[in-house]
Amino acid sequence: MLGFVIRRLLVAALLLLAASFLTFMMIQLAPGDYLAQLRMNPQIGDDVVEQMAERYGLNDPVLVQYGRWLGNLARGDMGFSFVHERPVAGLVWEHLRNTIFLMTMVILVTWLMALPMGIYCAIKQNRLTDRVLSALAFVGLSIPNFFLCLVVMWLAAEIGGIPVGGMTSAHYEYLSWGGKVVDVALHMAIPVLVIATGAMAGLQRVTRGNMLEVLRQQYVTTARARGLPEHRVIYVHALRNAINPLITIFGYQFALLVSGAALVEIIYSWPGMGQLILEAVLTQDLYLVVGVVLGSGLMLILGNLLADILLGVNDPRIKFGERGAS
Amino acid sequence: MLRRRLRQFWDMCWTNGFLLSAVVCLTLLYLVALFAGFVSPYHYDNEDRTRSYHPPTRIHVFDDGRLTRPHVREYELTFDEDYRRVFVPVEGVRHDLRLFVRGDTYSFLGLLEWDLHLFGVGEEGRIYLLGADSRGRDLLSRIAYGAQVSMTIGLVGVAIALLFGLLLGGISGYYGGWIDTVIQRSTEIIMIIPGFFLLLALRAAFPPDWDSIRVYFFIIVILSFIGWASLARVIRGMVLSLREKEFVAAARVLGAPDRFIITRHLIPNTASYFVVYASISIPGYILGESALSLLGLGIQDPHASWGNLLQEAMSITQIQLHPWILLPGFFIFVAVMSFNIVGDALRDLLDPQQEVTTTI
Repeated sequence: MLGFVIRRLLVAALLLLAASFLTFMMIQLAPGDYLAQLRMNPQIGDDVVEQMAERYGLNDPVLVQYGRWLGNLARGDMGFSFVHERPVAGLVWEHLRNTIFLMTMVILVTWLMALPMGIYCAIKQNRLTDRVLSALAFVGLSIPNFFLCLVVMWLAAEIGGIPVGGMTSAHYEYLSWGGKVVDVALHMAIPVLVIATGAMAGLQRVTRGNMLEVLRQQYVTTARARGLPEHRVIYVHALRNAINPLITIFGYQFALLVSGAALVEIIYSWPGMGQLILEAVLTQDLYLVVGVVLGSGLMLILGNLLADILLGVNDPRIKFGERGAS
Repeated sequence: MLRRRLRQFWDMCWTNGFLLSAVVCLTLLYLVALFAGFVSPYHYDNEDRTRSYHPPTRIHVFDDGRLTRPHVREYELTFDEDYRRVFVPVEGVRHDLRLFVRGDTYSFLGLLEWDLHLFGVGEEGRIYLLGADSRGRDLLSRIAYGAQVSMTIGLVGVAIALLFGLLLGGISGYYGGWIDTVIQRSTEIIMIIPGFFLLLALRAAFPPDWDSIRVYFFIIVILSFIGWASLARVIRGMVLSLREKEFVAAARVLGAPDRFIITRHLIPNTASYFVVYASISIPGYILGESALSLLGLGIQDPHASWGNLLQEAMSITQIQLHPWILLPGFFIFVAVMSFNIVGDALRDLLDPQQEVTTTI
């Protein structure tokens, strides 16, 4: 098990390095850079720009620059953000924390709502509630996140009372401890709702499908025939087997959510990874782009790894390390 | 085989109301995209800045309580008690709605210049069935032109991703060895970065001020670059299992060249997966383009795509004052949902074992 995790992480680290190289090259080969914007600024003299280029070694060949960046990375230095005038590592960590915070809430809401809904729909297959919920799930799956964002933003503004945008109010610093929690929770409510809609819909559909499949198995019939109470049949015999494929989805979902949430974060100005990369891309802030790509890739890897470990815990038949490390 | 499948799909349409409406919606949207110039009353860049955020005009059929020709009222800009701009209909000034009127010239199917429009109110008035944007351009016309971008980007993108995914995945699975390793590692590198971040990083590699035509093709290239990786992995898996099948071994023993085995045995056996894959992944392309355009990194004004039309709706005050600017998003929703429904039906029909996948 430990060996499996270590090997997986090693492969992932190599892949991330390759990804960082690609990103580095892409941004470097792109016309213009951050300094070009400084040159356009009449308040900044050419000599200052040259000094900056000299200090960060931006005049060196691309490969030399990448090599230097890699060397610094080994020492835990991810480079310097020109726009924020801060080290990238701290910046990425701050935003990553906010995104993970948001994601955790989303996943909590999603699973707590979708699992019971999916199970219920499977038990009451083709009844009215099943049909209505399944149709709603389909709509939820199809509605683009950013469109839902805007519609919910509009509704929230019409109703009033719910803050839209940002993570904290302006007077956050003056609030008591409890007040701060309530303030953040209120700001989170709408982004979590919007992101969870799509994720929930997908999970509900899969849960329902898996549950239906399992309920058709012979061991379920056997369990019923032996006179087990229905709730034991469903929650012990069927559910444990139906949940297996869902755990893989948990990992994927984490990855998908990182991606899907980015746009919601941007629209609601939640200070997460989405905002950070948009800003970095728009200003061609080289090291920051690479840093964000690394950070988001790391989240994806950890999500998948977590899913694999959970899968092994839930299903003892799965042995680690036999399937290769990809 | 194909005809039987088509026949089955057709039968499914008539028993499943959702599916039928999805197919109808998609057909309509593609027709609108094809005949955008004809369907829309104005050119996408025909602006009237005195009518900024003109509200949707109602079509009246009664005048003074008597049935008349359908017409729209002239609207006048005034200010309400809070000094907000409001448009109020002017009593007595009406513009008759006419079919097949002459108006802005457009190129019909890219072949010939034409100026005939399906409907309009002539020179003296303006008709805004879905309202106007900040520069007084007709939203309906812009949505129709936007459909040309949004509805085609998925098709072209999927086609390119299929081509590369098929080619590289096929080579990877069929030949194995170091080629396989190289291709598989490349797909892993692409898949290790979350899609949206990769999308933005790739976009950063090109100048933001490109014209819309180049950006359009470029977005397709980026999206299919992201899309081919997962497909190549699936194809590789399929080819690996097919390669061991008896009929492939038999063909090889009989001395069939690789080309024959690939085109006659491998591709037909994986074909049903492509159809399902295409219809399920098109929404991802539509959403990807919309997201980029929404952030101002995609199709640029004056050209229209459903994503960049929504850009005006990014502020709460604008939505509150002019809710109709949210309408382009509704079209994205309808298109995505229709593709999802069709994809679901195709999967049930062709490939019942396939698992549910979700997109952005």
